[in-house]
Amino acid sequence: MPDAAHRSDFALPIAAGVGYKPRHFSEIMADPGSVGFLEIHAENYMGEGGRMVAQLGHLAERLPISLHGVGLSIGGEGRLDRGHLARLARLNDWLRPAAFSEHLAWSTHAGAYLNDLLPLPYTNATLQRVADHIDEVQEALGRRMMLENPSAYLVFAESTWAEPDFLREIARRTGCALLLDVNNVFVSATNLDFTPQGYIDAFPLDLVREIHLGGHAEDVDEHGRPLLIDDHGHRVAGAVWALFDYTIARAGPRPTLIEWDADVPEWPVLESEAARAARSLREAVT
Amino acid sequence: MPYHTKTLAVAGAVAAAVSLGTTAATAGSHMEKCYGVALAGENDCKAGPGTTCAGSSTVDYQGNAFKAVPAGTCETMELPPMSDGTPRMGSLEPLERDLPG
Amino acid sequence: MSVDQTAFRAALMDPEAPVPAGLVDAEGAPAGKRFDVYRNNVAVSLTEALEVAFPVVRRLVGDAFFKGMAGVFLRRYPPTSPILALYGADFPRFLRGFKPAASLGYLPDVARLEQAIRESFHAADTAPADPARLQALAPEALMGARLTLAPSLRVIRSPWPVHGIWRFNTEAGAPQPPGEAQDVLVTRTDYDPRPHLLAPGGADFVEALQSGTSFGAALGKARTVARDFDLTATLGLLIGGEAITDIHTDEAPDDPPSATA
Repeated sequence: MPDAAHRSDFALPIAAGVGYKPRHFSEIMADPGSVGFLEIHAENYMGEGGRMVAQLGHLAERLPISLHGVGLSIGGEGRLDRGHLARLARLNDWLRPAAFSEHLAWSTHAGAYLNDLLPLPYTNATLQRVADHIDEVQEALGRRMMLENPSAYLVFAESTWAEPDFLREIARRTGCALLLDVNNVFVSATNLDFTPQGYIDAFPLDLVREIHLGGHAEDVDEHGRPLLIDDHGHRVAGAVWALFDYTIARAGPRPTLIEWDADVPEWPVLESEAARAARSLREAVT
Repeated sequence: MPYHTKTLAVAGAVAAAVSLGTTAATAGSHMEKCYGVALAGENDCKAGPGTTCAGSSTVDYQGNAFKAVPAGTCETMELPPMSDGTPRMGSLEPLERDLPG
Repeated sequence: MSVDQTAFRAALMDPEAPVPAGLVDAEGAPAGKRFDVYRNNVAVSLTEALEVAFPVVRRLVGDAFFKGMAGVFLRRYPPTSPILALYGADFPRFLRGFKPAASLGYLPDVARLEQAIRESFHAADTAPADPARLQALAPEALMGARLTLAPSLRVIRSPWPVHGIWRFNTEAGAPQPPGEAQDVLVTRTDYDPRPHLLAPGGADFVEALQSGTSFGAALGKARTVARDFDLTATLGLLIGGEAITDIHTDEAPDDPPSATA
């Protein structure tokens, strides 16, 4: 797709955003504070009407919205769900979000939606399949999308590609951009014993149009080795803030989102996380 | 009842319903209505569950591999015998490990 | 060794199954507990979805029992769509055949009511018709009128006191449920669905209107079921619940009479 025609595909401000939760509607409408954009999960706004959709309409007049899909199953072996893709296109047309993103993962198999971002092997065959699916999504939405790196807990012995190279090649074939989840990098690096800075160094940072930050939980595997769970249920860890600073020192400041999906805190706590990210973004400019 | 009396009664019932219903309906701007969830102190419950792109740190996947002792309001709710003679409900059976999957 | 998604899913949904060979840790050893993270994510997230969706069923059976029940349900009926807001449409049907809860005959109907409330919450927005238009109709026109009802409207019929059970488990200080069959009307005002107890014949009246029957014929149907059908009460619920969105009469199908006629 020609670049000039799609300049508005990624229109998020270089600011800190938060994942939107309905319980924070009043506070955000009154004063969003340091929050410069919101992200919503597309699947939660596909109802015919009601308060969820109405609130979203009001929020969208106030702040740019990043539309984040969780259910397309782009890494699935089967065909994309055309009905779901049509619902997504309808939401995209109505909302006109500043950006759209999805995951390098699968969640639907043989008609069952498993509600988790499941991993796929990184091979030439899966690369082509993911690229084909992204072509189809971008065609249906009439815009370019971002693809997000997952959290990993294990690897497929059959994989032949390193994840940053795999993502770079998908982007090259499809013209899509990337969403870099820095917490996911840290979680995967800890779980799979590589250095997170090395991953960032290998990542095509020029293609990153949004960054995600979130909290994780700490566990151990049966051998006593650390096993981090990407649960979005805590403040962003200190080591992840450091990795974020490392990233934007190289990439420059990017739209940065705080994800908090479990044990969602009161608004001031969430806003303070966004303020912390906004501070790093300002310092990265100077 | 002759037809005209019947329709008169219906008209009266409709008039009463309009007045009843109009009193019940509350006015408010579209915007004010949007604040309902927060004002009611509710969270996303009425909306039903939402998706998450996160994993869970709560460990509980052994769905049917435990024995649950029922402890809900079904034990304290005093339901009288049904008027049509349906016997009143009993209590739950404990969930056992060998439930059909 | 290659692990396809059929094998991955089968192991994912069965905690007793071995982890597929070919899923490994950083040192190439079998993934073990690392695979359990995904098992856990699926089971816990879908269980939580059901807990949010069916809070009254959960209160009735208690937390531990509900979790166990959800674990069985989610494996037998995984979602068929990524729109989780409506996941659980099969839950009432599942409950009807779920032996450990067989003694709670009302449970499937309570689940149906909770599902209806969620469907109502997400239904399309509509504006109510001015109720004065109904009042302004001449008797013959009124009896022949057809009403369009809001898509957020739901009727739940039950041989159990589902409305009383719902109230007992959601309102502080609500009375014990009575020993009677109850039909429930779910209406939505200000985006908030609310269940109302229907008088005898009320469900027949509303369902007849919903299927496009004329006002007079719907009234006749309700009176066949309940001779002393209380039209004022049921119509009052529809008007108060902003559930009548249009009124069509044969005289002017495309141009309804004005409120002041």
